[in-house]
Amino acid sequence: MATTALDQQRAHAAAGHAEPTGLWSWLTTVDHKRIGILYGTTAFLFFLLGGIEALLLRIQLGSPNSTFLTPETYNQLFTMHGTTMIFLGIMPLSSMFFNFMIPLQIGARDVAFPRLNAFSYWVFLLGGLFLNVSWLFGAAPDTGWFGYANLTSRQYSPGMHVDFWMLGLQILGIASLAAAVNFFVTILNMRAPGMKLMRMPMFTWMSFITQILLLLAFPVITVALILLMFDRFFGTHFYVPSGGGDPLLWQHLFWIFGHPEVYILILPAFGIASEVLPVFSRKPLFGYAAMVFSGAFIAFLGFGVWAHHMFATGMGPIPDTFFSLTTMLIAIPTGVKIFNWMGTVWGGSIQYRVPMYFALAFIAMFIIGGLSGVMHASPPADLQQTDTYFVVAHFHYVMFGGSIFALTAGGYYWFPKMFGRMLDERLGKLHFWLMLLGFNLTFFPMHILGLNGMPRRVYTYPEGLGFETLNRLETVGAFILGFSFLIFVINIIKTMRGPRNAPADPWNGATLEWSIPSPPQEWNFAEIPVVHGRDALWETKRASGGTLPEPPRVSGQGIHLPHPSYWPVVAAIGIAGIMTGVMASPHLGPWGIIAGGLILFIGVFNWVFEPAG
Amino acid sequence: MLLRTDVFRHLRRWAPVLPLLVLLAGACSPDHYPQTALRPLSDFAKIGDDIQTKTFYWALGVFVLVEGALLYAVFRFRGRPTDAEPRQIHGNTVVEIIWTVIPALILAAIAVPTVKGIFQTSAIPTGDVLNVQVVGHQWWWEFRYPDLNITTANELHIPVGQTVSLRMGTADVVHSFWPPRLAGKRDVFPNRETRLWFKAEAAGEYPGQCGEFCGIQHGRMAFRVRAQTPEEFQAWAAHMQTLGPKPAKAAEAAPPAESVRTASAGAAVQAPQKPEPGKGAQPTAAGRDSAAAPAQPQDPAYAAGEKLFAAKGCIGCHSLNAVDPPKGLIGPNLANVGARSYIGAGSFKNTDENLARWIQNPQALKVGVLMPNLGVTPAEAKSLVAYLRAHQ
Repeated sequence: MATTALDQQRAHAAAGHAEPTGLWSWLTTVDHKRIGILYGTTAFLFFLLGGIEALLLRIQLGSPNSTFLTPETYNQLFTMHGTTMIFLGIMPLSSMFFNFMIPLQIGARDVAFPRLNAFSYWVFLLGGLFLNVSWLFGAAPDTGWFGYANLTSRQYSPGMHVDFWMLGLQILGIASLAAAVNFFVTILNMRAPGMKLMRMPMFTWMSFITQILLLLAFPVITVALILLMFDRFFGTHFYVPSGGGDPLLWQHLFWIFGHPEVYILILPAFGIASEVLPVFSRKPLFGYAAMVFSGAFIAFLGFGVWAHHMFATGMGPIPDTFFSLTTMLIAIPTGVKIFNWMGTVWGGSIQYRVPMYFALAFIAMFIIGGLSGVMHASPPADLQQTDTYFVVAHFHYVMFGGSIFALTAGGYYWFPKMFGRMLDERLGKLHFWLMLLGFNLTFFPMHILGLNGMPRRVYTYPEGLGFETLNRLETVGAFILGFSFLIFVINIIKTMRGPRNAPADPWNGATLEWSIPSPPQEWNFAEIPVVHGRDALWETKRASGGTLPEPPRVSGQGIHLPHPSYWPVVAAIGIAGIMTGVMASPHLGPWGIIAGGLILFIGVFNWVFEPAG
Repeated sequence: MLLRTDVFRHLRRWAPVLPLLVLLAGACSPDHYPQTALRPLSDFAKIGDDIQTKTFYWALGVFVLVEGALLYAVFRFRGRPTDAEPRQIHGNTVVEIIWTVIPALILAAIAVPTVKGIFQTSAIPTGDVLNVQVVGHQWWWEFRYPDLNITTANELHIPVGQTVSLRMGTADVVHSFWPPRLAGKRDVFPNRETRLWFKAEAAGEYPGQCGEFCGIQHGRMAFRVRAQTPEEFQAWAAHMQTLGPKPAKAAEAAPPAESVRTASAGAAVQAPQKPEPGKGAQPTAAGRDSAAAPAQPQDPAYAAGEKLFAAKGCIGCHSLNAVDPPKGLIGPNLANVGARSYIGAGSFKNTDENLARWIQNPQALKVGVLMPNLGVTPAEAKSLVAYLRAHQ
C-alpha cells in the first residue's frame, strides 16, 4: 500500500540527486517551494491564532453585559484579531501561493532573487512573533488595526501596546516590500519562452497586480508609522493637535494604504478562483482579457477611494461626492469579474471536487459582500452604516467569504502539488458545509444588528437594545466555523501521515505546474517548457490526444540551483534586533539598535559577497 | 394522498424549530431595536434612510438575479469525469458589454440621489435653530446650549419640530456622535469643528452612543436624546437656568420663554464659583417648580452628602451648576443628575442602588473610567445619593 509506482519512481530519482532534509536545510533554504511551505505553515498557525482570538470575542459578545473578558483584554483581542488576520493570515497565505505557484506557472526554476525571498519570510516570521510577544508583556496592541490618532499618542496610550503594534507592522512592511520587488521582477523576467503577458495564468496575473499594489501602498503606511514613531518616541506632533498636528492626517495616510490593502488581500483570491473554476468546469476562463483589465482597473481605482472610510469625518460635499462616485465605479470591474466567473461555469461540465465547492461558494459569498459595499458607497447612508456591525458583516463577506473561501479552494486545489498527497474528499466536503453554515450564521445576522444600531468595537452591550438574540446566534455560528477548521486540520494531519499518492495532474489542470511531478523536484522543470498559448498544459494535452504520461522524476544533474544561505536569516534577525532596541528602555535601547544594525550589516555584507554556489 | 401525509410528516419534524423561527423573525424587525437606524425620526436621518432603502432594493434585485443564475448553473451544468469535453468558449463581446453597461446604469440610478443627499446633508441650516455644542470626553458626552447658557451631560434635551444645529468637538481623542434614530455619525476632533443637524419629528427618549473607537471604555460611551414638546423643552431649559451659582429670582415671575434669557443673563454676571450658597436658596426655586429639588436641605442625609461632595473631592471633576460651570472639568456635569435616566454615560439605570454602587466603586462598574475609587463607605454613599438625587 505504502509503495506505489510513484514511490518507486521517486526512490530512483532520489538515488541520483538527494534532496537535503533536516532543520538546517529549512533554515538555509532558498528554494521558493520550501519558502512557500514555510509561509503557508506559519500563516496557517497565525490564522488559527486569529481564529481563537475571534472565538474569545464571540464568547464575550454572546450575552449582554458579559464579564468573560475585561474591556482591556477585549480591546487587545479585537486589535490583534484584525492585525493578525490581515498581516499574518491572509497576506502570507497568499504569499504561500505566490512562492510556490508563480515560478511553476510561468515555467521558471526559481524566483528572481532566491535569497531575498528567504529574507522576506524570516522577516515576516520575526515580525509576527514580535507582534505576539506583546501578549507575554501584557501589552498587546489595543487601539485597533487602524490605530487612529490621537488615541495612539503617548498621552492617551501610555505603555508598550502601541509600540509593539507600530514597530511590528514596520517589520512586516519590510517583508512585504522585499517580497513584492521579488515577485514583480520574477513575473516580468523569468517567464518561460512563449509565456507572453497575455498568456499568463490568471493567478499569476492577479498576483502581479498585487505586487504593484504592495509596492505603491506599503511605503505610505511606512511613512505614517515613522511619523507615529517620532510622535511617540521623540515628542514630535505630526498627529498631536496640541502641538499643531492633525489626527486626520493619520486617517488619510492610513487609508491611502488601507484601501489598496483590501485589494492586496482579495486580488490573489480572485486569481485562485480564476484557476479553479475553469479547471473544474473543463472550460477556459470566460473573457480572459476582460479579467486582466478589470483586475488592473480595480487596482488603479483602489488608490482613489480611500476617503470612503472617512465619510463620517465631515470632509464636505465635494470630497464626499468624489469618493462616493469612484467607490461606485469599482463595482463595475468587480461585477465584470463575477459575471465572467459565472460565464466560465455556464455551459461547462462541472466536476464537483472539493476545490470547486469552495470556489463556487466564493462567488456566492463575495456577491453579498460586494452588494453591501455598494450600499455604503453612498455617504448619507454610510453615516449610519459606518463603524457598525453592518460594516463588520460587509468586510467579513469580502475577506472571509471572498479571500478565505478562495484561499481554501486554492489549498485543496494545490495541496497535491505541494505535498504530493490528495486531501480526503469526504472530510473536505464536511469542512466545506460546516464552514459555509458557520460563516453565514456568524456574519449574516451582523447586517441586521448593524443597521439596527449595534456599533463595532464595543466590548459589551446593555440589555434592552435588542442585540441579545442575534449575538447569541452569531456566537454559535462562530464555533461551527471554528469546528470546520478543526476538520481541515484533521484532514491535513491524516493526509500527511498517508502515502504520497498524488499524480502530477490530478485535476486535469490547465497550467504548467501540473506538467511536473507532485511534489515538484527542486529544479521544478528538468527542461524549461516552451509555451504556445493560454492554458498551456491543456494545449499540450490536446495536441497529444487528451492525456500525457506521468512525468518522470529525473536526476537533475547539471541543473544550476542557487546555493543555500543562512545570511538572509542573519539579516532578518538584525532588523528584528533594531526594532527591539527601539522598544527597549532608554538605557538599553541604543545598544539594541546598534547591535541589531551591526547584525543586519554583517548579514547583508556576507550575503552580497557570498559565492554563487 | 400519500404525498400529503409526507408533507405533514415533514412539517411535523420541523415543528420544534418553529418557535425559534418566530424568535428570529422578531429579531429581524427594526421595532425590536430601540437604537435602530431603520426607523428614522428626523429630516436628516430620512435623507440617508431613503437612499439606503433605494440602494437596498437595487442590491436585492441584483442579488436574487445573480445568485439565482449561479444556483441554476451549479445544478444545471453538473458533469461527470466521463462526459465529453464541453464546448470551449473563450468569451462573448456582446454579453460582456451588456454586463458592464447594466451595472453602470444601476449605479447611476444610485449616484443621482446620493449626490443630492450629500449636498442636502452638508448644508448648514440657518434661521430658527437651537444651537448646541457637543463635546466628546473619554467616555461621556457634554452638551452646551450657548444661547441658553446651560450645560448638561449624557442627556441631550431637544425640542421637537425645531432644527437642532450641532457644533462638535472633543476634549481628548476622536469620538463619533451617533443618535441613530435622528442622524448618522459625525466624528468629533480636537482641532476642528464638525457639524450635524436634525429636526426631531416625535417626542421620546432615543439612545445613541459613540461610534469611533476611543479607548478602553468606548463600549460604554452612550447617551440619550430626549426630544420634548417645545413647551416641555422651554420648561426644562428655564429650570436648568436656575441651577447656577446663584439662581436668578427673576425666573419666578417672568414667562418661560423670557426667563430663558433673563436667567442666563443674570447668571452670567454672577460669580462663577461657590455653588453651595446657591443650593441654600434652592427652596425658592422649588416653590415655583415642584419637579425641581424639593425641600431636601432639611434632610440630614442631604446635608451630609453636600459636605462629602466637597470633602471627597467630587467637586474637583464635577460641577453641579448648569449655568456657567467651570470649563475644562474632566467629569460630567451633574446639575440635573437626579433626573437623568442613566448614569455612567448611558451604562446603568439611574436607581439609588446603582448610583450608590457607582459612587463607591466606579472602577468595578466601568473599568478604566477616569473617576477613581474614592474610598466612600456605604453610609457615605447613601448620603451622596440623597444629595445627588435632589439635583433634578
